[in-house]
Amino acid sequence: MKTPLALAISAAAFAFSSAALSDDPKQGGTVNTIIQPEPPGLVLGMVQNAPTRTVAGNIYEGLLRYTTDLEPMPQLAESWEVSDDGRTYTFHLREDVTWHDGEPFTADDVVFSADVFHRELNPSARAVLQHVESIEATDDHTVVFTLIEPFGPFLISFEAGTFTMVPEHLYADTDFRNNEHNDHPIGTGPFKFANWERGTVIELVKNDDYYEDGLPYLDGVNWHIIPDGGSRAVAFENGSIDVLPSGTVENFDIPRLSAMDNVCMTEEGHEYFSPFAMLWMNNREGPTADKRFRQAVMYAMDREFAKDVLWNGLGNVPLSAFGSNARFQHDGLEPYDHNPDRARELLEEMEYDGEEITILPLPYGETWTRWAEAVQQNLREVGINVRTQATDVGGWNQRLGDWDYDLAFTYLFQYGDPALGISRTYLSDNIAKGSPWNNVEGYENERVDELFNAAATAFPDEEREALYREVQEILHEDVPVGWLMELGFPTLYRCDVKDLVTSGVGVNDGFKDAWLDR
Amino acid sequence: MVYARLIMMRLLKAVIVLFLIVIFNFFLIQMAPGDPAAILAGEAGAADQEFLNQLRERFGLDQPIYVQLWRYVSGIAMLDFGYSYRLGVPVFDLIMDRLPATLLLTGTAFVLSLVLGIVAGSMAAARVKKPSGSLIMALALVFYATPLFWVALMSVVVFSVYLGWLPAYGLYTVGAGHTGFALVLDVAKHLILPATTLALFFMAIYTRMTRTSMLDAAQQDFVKTARAKGLKPSVIQRRHILRNALLPIITLAGLQAGQMVGGAILTETVFAWPGIGRLMFEALQQRDYNLLLGIFFFSAALVIVFNILTDLVYRLADPRIKGAS
Repeated sequence: MKTPLALAISAAAFAFSSAALSDDPKQGGTVNTIIQPEPPGLVLGMVQNAPTRTVAGNIYEGLLRYTTDLEPMPQLAESWEVSDDGRTYTFHLREDVTWHDGEPFTADDVVFSADVFHRELNPSARAVLQHVESIEATDDHTVVFTLIEPFGPFLISFEAGTFTMVPEHLYADTDFRNNEHNDHPIGTGPFKFANWERGTVIELVKNDDYYEDGLPYLDGVNWHIIPDGGSRAVAFENGSIDVLPSGTVENFDIPRLSAMDNVCMTEEGHEYFSPFAMLWMNNREGPTADKRFRQAVMYAMDREFAKDVLWNGLGNVPLSAFGSNARFQHDGLEPYDHNPDRARELLEEMEYDGEEITILPLPYGETWTRWAEAVQQNLREVGINVRTQATDVGGWNQRLGDWDYDLAFTYLFQYGDPALGISRTYLSDNIAKGSPWNNVEGYENERVDELFNAAATAFPDEEREALYREVQEILHEDVPVGWLMELGFPTLYRCDVKDLVTSGVGVNDGFKDAWLDR
Repeated sequence: MVYARLIMMRLLKAVIVLFLIVIFNFFLIQMAPGDPAAILAGEAGAADQEFLNQLRERFGLDQPIYVQLWRYVSGIAMLDFGYSYRLGVPVFDLIMDRLPATLLLTGTAFVLSLVLGIVAGSMAAARVKKPSGSLIMALALVFYATPLFWVALMSVVVFSVYLGWLPAYGLYTVGAGHTGFALVLDVAKHLILPATTLALFFMAIYTRMTRTSMLDAAQQDFVKTARAKGLKPSVIQRRHILRNALLPIITLAGLQAGQMVGGAILTETVFAWPGIGRLMFEALQQRDYNLLLGIFFFSAALVIVFNILTDLVYRLADPRIKGAS
């Protein structure tokens, strides 16, 4: 039994994507943009680093794309159906797709990518694949995924960066990591890899055989590599760069650059990742092990101030553990407003003796350093004896991995669904020394585990919603981590670069639709 | 052949020193917190334990330290510098790839600072009690005291942003497709700001040193003799004073030349110059041990080579220093 609902959704998504585009685009031209830092490689199936995703998202494709509301749009799959029990997903692939080397793209490529390649190499795909029982090509252009049990976020897991399609004819039965094609990525996307001058530029050129008629409009995209933030701002200012993807200039440069003539800014294009800044709080020992202390920290922090002053008013102060781009956000919780008096009360109630705690800033640039200073100031105001410990990225990783901290800044991606990007921070079986990306705070709560695990596989969505509401209430009370901000990562660009951000991953696949009005 | 024996002896010592440097650096880097696997996983934004284990196993980080040390040192002995963890490319290729850009930048800066520094210093010495001489020394002091990154950023603001005369970053204009003479001209234009920035500090030192050294030499008896013989002042200045004043400058130039590979981190970063300094800085941030050690090795080797060369030049410049004594 197949439902026609999914087909209707895909048609609606199609309508959305074409409606969002401006009229009569012009052909030609090359866009100059920035990639920071230089990616370690461009074979997206093998490396999922942020800079790799940004560049290679224009070379490789997934089965689906997502709107800025995270609704699926067709990409390599032109339509799909979900069975009534939520366990069988059937994808119908486009029939006119070829790889950049001219070979046809078929259902076998999908099976190989998902079942062989990603199962071996890709941690984010692996997290989804553990719910998959089998993947079968029923004909050349149809693929059926059968799940062990329903898995709510399954349909939003097919983004190019996570579930890249890898050419089977080049990779099957080879040593993937040492494959001779790794230095010349072959995808199905609108742009082909042309040249990588290490330390200088990565050049992509138009794929003349792209399956969507007339696309892409651009002749190419040059990704410049400029290591210094100030120099990147200058390069944009003097016109040699057209697009500054988010995070490529320091925040304090953004007001100045966005005020320039012919410069546009958008906050869209990060819905899929929705970066969520948090304060790890060590739940194991010290004052931070006390729930009342953690609540006091929440009341002590002036998050609105941080947003307005440090982040130029962009972004969003979250209510609790679920960001606004994640599904099933509970809107009935009482927010932790800036309330120093309440913080002092809580500290008095727990008889905090002034024991010194440390705060570990995120070594990702000036804004984060300033933010740590602002939080330190807030905490001192309510009588918390806090000291900053600065470190570089390597040291920061190690201290978090060793649980050697009291408070520490971080930010994680939410990936649209609580089961993909949120539960990992709170599940107790996700506590493991040595990684700074799991349940680092050491929070253990059986009920929370039960709820998260049940909600991931509950079906349909109404059942998930109820479970997630309860879990949010518990987390809101326990404050295992501090919820700082849903970060606003703006993209700056010359206004004559049109239709740049057309999906929930922004410039990661944005040059497909982009054109130059010059 | 005294020189040949001297060079042989020095090279033998160099090999021992290099070996010690390799071992010392290996342990130094091990002491830094954090490992490349965690950093790579961090950049990926998602990592399970299996992924971290895969990485550590691939890099050999799951082995005991002495095994890692043995693997590394025996590799170096065969001139195999291993693979960069982050980039997956042989370290040797990476370094060779970046070396020309660095040598172009630091070489230009070296010649620039030496020539301009000696000229300015001589002029200052000749105008010792005049305002123009004082002006040169004042400028030299300013360049000596100003932080390099500030000079770099300000020169970009003035010459690239406001005046628009010179490119702000990079080795050449990306996408312009220049070849032949046009490419040379393009690279030369890109070279001006970083090379000048890098040259200023050493130029200031050479200026001050040349002046002092020349004023010192001017008091010597042989200069008085030359004057008494009735030689032209310009000839005395050049042949008698300057030549004798050059010795301390050779020493310093040798030091600067030795730093040429590793010394341009800041300039290369600000101007997006694709050189070794930047590669080293990134390797350090990424805890890319193999790459970092490879670069350390090359810079150490270069320092040693320039030390030997300096000694030889010394002997040419000053016949009083003889043979292998």
